[in-house]
Amino acid sequence: MPALLEIDRLKIDARGDDDGLTPIVKGVSFSVKRGEVVALIGESGSGKTTIALSALGYAKPGLEFTGGEVRLDGRDVISMPPNEQRALRGRRVAYLAQSAAATFNPALTIGEQVTESPVLHGQLSREQADLRAEELYRALELPDPDRLGKRYPHQVSGGQLQRLMAAMALCGKPDLLILDEPTTALDVTTQIEVLKAFKSVIRQEGSAAIYVTHDLSVVAQIADHIVVLYAGDVQEHGTADKVINRPSHDYTRRLMAAVRPPPAAGQGDESSDAHERDAPALEVRSVTAGYGKGRNGAPSLKVLRDINVAVQRGHTVGVIGESGCGKSTLARVMSGLLPASEGEVLLDGDRLQPSLHQRDRGELQKVQFVFQMADTALNPRQRIDHILGRPIEFYLGLKGAEKRKRIGELLHMVELPPEFAGRYPEELSGGQKQRVNLARALAASPEVLLCDEVISALDTIVGANVIELLKRLRKQTGVSFVFISHDLSTIASFADEIVVLYAGRVVEQGPTDRVLSPPYHPYTRLLISSVPELRIGWLEEAMETQEAKAGIDRVVKLTEIGCPFFDRCPLAVEGTCDREDPPIRRLGEGHAIECHRSEREFMH
Amino acid sequence: MTETTGKTGAAAQFEELPDAPPRRRLQLSWTGKLGVCVVVFWAAIVVAGPTIAPYHEADILDEALFVVPGSDNPYPDTDYQPPSRVVYLGSDYLGRDTLSRTLFGARTTIGISLASTLLAYLVGVTLGIAAAVGGATLDTVLSRINDAFLSMPTIMLGLVVIAAIGSTIPILIMLTGLIYATSVFRIARALGLDVMVSDFVEAARVRGEGLWWIITREILPNVAMPMATDFGLRFVYVILFISSLSFLGLGVQPPQSDWGSMVRENLSGLPYGSIAPLVPALAIATLTIAINLIVDDVSAHAGGKLARRMI
Repeated sequence: MPALLEIDRLKIDARGDDDGLTPIVKGVSFSVKRGEVVALIGESGSGKTTIALSALGYAKPGLEFTGGEVRLDGRDVISMPPNEQRALRGRRVAYLAQSAAATFNPALTIGEQVTESPVLHGQLSREQADLRAEELYRALELPDPDRLGKRYPHQVSGGQLQRLMAAMALCGKPDLLILDEPTTALDVTTQIEVLKAFKSVIRQEGSAAIYVTHDLSVVAQIADHIVVLYAGDVQEHGTADKVINRPSHDYTRRLMAAVRPPPAAGQGDESSDAHERDAPALEVRSVTAGYGKGRNGAPSLKVLRDINVAVQRGHTVGVIGESGCGKSTLARVMSGLLPASEGEVLLDGDRLQPSLHQRDRGELQKVQFVFQMADTALNPRQRIDHILGRPIEFYLGLKGAEKRKRIGELLHMVELPPEFAGRYPEELSGGQKQRVNLARALAASPEVLLCDEVISALDTIVGANVIELLKRLRKQTGVSFVFISHDLSTIASFADEIVVLYAGRVVEQGPTDRVLSPPYHPYTRLLISSVPELRIGWLEEAMETQEAKAGIDRVVKLTEIGCPFFDRCPLAVEGTCDREDPPIRRLGEGHAIECHRSEREFMH
Repeated sequence: MTETTGKTGAAAQFEELPDAPPRRRLQLSWTGKLGVCVVVFWAAIVVAGPTIAPYHEADILDEALFVVPGSDNPYPDTDYQPPSRVVYLGSDYLGRDTLSRTLFGARTTIGISLASTLLAYLVGVTLGIAAAVGGATLDTVLSRINDAFLSMPTIMLGLVVIAAIGSTIPILIMLTGLIYATSVFRIARALGLDVMVSDFVEAARVRGEGLWWIITREILPNVAMPMATDFGLRFVYVILFISSLSFLGLGVQPPQSDWGSMVRENLSGLPYGSIAPLVPALAIATLTIAINLIVDDVSAHAGGKLARRMI
């Protein structure tokens, strides 16, 4: 059988300001057969999205096709007249973008949007399209398929929206589906739910797919063939089994090395206890905080409820949980950006004022915040030396030559060349900006660094480099870290202690090795079992666990009483878990689990 | 790899941080260059106009100057004379030299407009940024007052105020400045609010920076470019507003010349084929179009960067 899509020595160049051409894709060839999933994998800038879009005969503005052919059923789509290309798009080849939230129009119902393309192209009548959509909702295991079409995008969860996007793409029975990083922005638990739905619907529909991602463990679950790309060139091409189990190319091995192993005990660095003193560097005691103003000073939306966390000097505390669990809120309370409504924050054993306006400069200096998005955290109108120089001047009072010397040291510390001092943020890559972002926090010579998802926006290899840098900085400076992430593997390799946050409650905390080995809190168990492993067939196994059956495909709900995890817990006891706050079970060495079940019951 | 990890190891290199390369400069298209030429021309007239003008703006020319061609008899009247060696651009309804009045008028028209626009910006940006950073109560109070002013038609407001307190140049500047401050306020507030919630402002707040630093270093540099684009447009509106006030007889008072009032005074000359009302109208048109050409290039420069960032 001939291949559905043949990409033949494809070349794509970017036209620069001076009219010169820079090659982006340098003669890539591969083919996709019907019913087959081909994964394009590589880091950002490798040209994977550009190649995937060429199957639509489309090049982003500024890019030009300069050679080769992209043949769909033997016809070149690049040289097709525009009206034929238009007929092709959405009908024979469908594209699924990364962010479902940005793709859906909030003002139209889900059904209208899912059925729009086939009705518009005249493939199906409105009634047929509605039936087809319902069939797809069922295949994607979406709740309430009969009435889902009448609802609006904000009424479903993020994972459901992502699956609805697949329904939208598949509604017109396309021959080829292009999925561009469809799970990258999702939590692990949502990611497996979406992956599983995608996989089964692709099998059922028998359509071919191109899956673009930088995550090898995701690819291992879904792809038949893998194309490894680097800087616009194919590095390795073969069946999933061969590429994953017997990689032949050096770059593939590097990518594999950047995939962190599944979280388990014993991966963390042993941190030196030399720095340890009696009082923790930073501590929060029975903190309750939230947003909005309710009655008698309490927030109208309580995000954190009665939180206790201590950060020992020189230690790293990892904070983990799905989005909406209050991780960032916790960091904002620590920094004073969001004053706690109850409880207190202590620095070196001394009580800190809840709001940062009341804290003095010395206190502010000791706790520094590293923002998640380096793109927005650096003022685009300030040069790097001004960005780094300001905290030096502000906290340490250094000026002139001393200040410049310190800026040089900081750039060296984060492994950036000194020339970067004269650049503006927009001239830097994502990873470089994140380094400047870190350097700015370090410029204050802080005692505690609050890192909010600092590597989440970076791709695997760049992210791994930043983690290495953080480990080195920790050794050099003895700074304590609060490291917030939704990625358990990163935390397992970096943190000394882990705090598991669920819906604003600490459900488990303790030393990394203790948290990552049984006994687990049921939520911790769910998180651990949801991290994709670089192994074919993992997805099917993971979906069979009882945690997955109970917990996946549900959303985080904030509760006022009882255990917030009640509605997703396989061990929940009705009448107890939803009515009473769970007791804290202390298991020694600072390991604590908050659950109604006894230690023995969650060992299993 | 996209990541550049500098391996410049030696500690000695800390001493010398290299100097920053210059920023990319604004590149003007040919229309932008034309705009700059016209604006520079008018700026030169503002400075030198009264000295190079052949007559004073208030001079009513002597009948003896105008001689009927082919005889020694003077014209019966001196108004609405066609261009000649005596009056290069003709004379107006009172027999004054149009060229001289246009040259003198540049100073009043452009001067008043510039002063008014600057005043509008001073008031509008100050209050707009204050509303953006000053918290919900201040924002609500300022915005509602501003809305009340915005709801009144500008010309009507101008008419009422001038009718009540009279028309002098300082009052004209104050009035126009305050009227246009309302729209500047809205733009400054919207841009300020946008920057105010960005992470880098939050970073400055966690650092403990005061409000002054946040406004001058974090917010203003980021709103400067869109505000500059708006400045050009606003300046044009102000010229047209002052001209229309003068056209209604409420702006600059005679015998002082001003482009707007010149158009009005000489309107009755149009049926006789006089160019007296056309010259000041042309002056207004060239200046406003030229400013718009420059504004186009400035916003394309700001927007071009944005587009590159989005690819």
